[in-house]
Amino acid sequence: MRKLSAFLAGLLFGIGLLLAGMANPAKVLGFLDIAGVWDPSLALVMFGAIAVAWAPFHWAMKQSTSWLGAPMQLPVSRELDRRLIGGSLLFGVGWGIAGICPGPALVLLPTGHWQAWVFMIAMLTGMLIFKARQARR
Amino acid sequence: MMLDSLHFTPWSALAGGALIGLAASVLVVANGRIAGISGLLGSLLERTESAWGEKALFILGLLAAPLLWVLLHEWPAIEFKTGPLGLIIAGLCVGVGTRYGSGCTSGHGVCGLSRLSTRSIAATLSFMSAGFVTVYILRHALGL
Repeated sequence: MRKLSAFLAGLLFGIGLLLAGMANPAKVLGFLDIAGVWDPSLALVMFGAIAVAWAPFHWAMKQSTSWLGAPMQLPVSRELDRRLIGGSLLFGVGWGIAGICPGPALVLLPTGHWQAWVFMIAMLTGMLIFKARQARR
Repeated sequence: MMLDSLHFTPWSALAGGALIGLAASVLVVANGRIAGISGLLGSLLERTESAWGEKALFILGLLAAPLLWVLLHEWPAIEFKTGPLGLIIAGLCVGVGTRYGSGCTSGHGVCGLSRLSTRSIAATLSFMSAGFVTVYILRHALGL
């Protein structure tokens, strides 16, 4: 059951990205370009998502197990450290260069654009670099 | 600042956002997990990871979405603005950055803000500002 709900959640997430236009790198860059002709769509995507997710997340924060009996695994760390801020800044630079973040990168893969594959291979390489550096610590 | 009324799509943005919020809600309520794409993808690179199958199926759902979409609809507009070198640099930054920063637009931006997590608010402000500054430098300062 948990595998089915995970698959359906992924499917729904991807349809949402496509409907919102967020799988289109040009549209995401149109949001990030506040000095140009600005397309505020991405802000409304986040607003819509948070408006729906707010109550379920606040419910989940008070539970110890999920509906399907899995332990509730919400992040517990509260520390604002250099890794969090530095990593997020670096992510923002990459996001600003191509207009692609991890969700859209996956949704774009089956659409037949070579650019999606180049980005995905580079992104996975970046994740493996992180993993290798973690292993050495 | 000028509003791009030609490309601004408020209703599909809100509806798509609501679906994303619903998807994140399903995953947390049913599976007890944060729908953070970079975290899920990164943890699939670990063999020892618990609940590998669940995580893989969420990712598989994301990959299946465009295939379902194109059965019912024509392809949405997809336009890349970046050449191969830019895509490689961007991909590396996104891969390394989201793992060090413990999340991306979904995990911090949607799930974290919905939980009012201080870390996620700080992360979202960081990647948003870096994105704005990067696009400003590339498009307006360097004119690329």
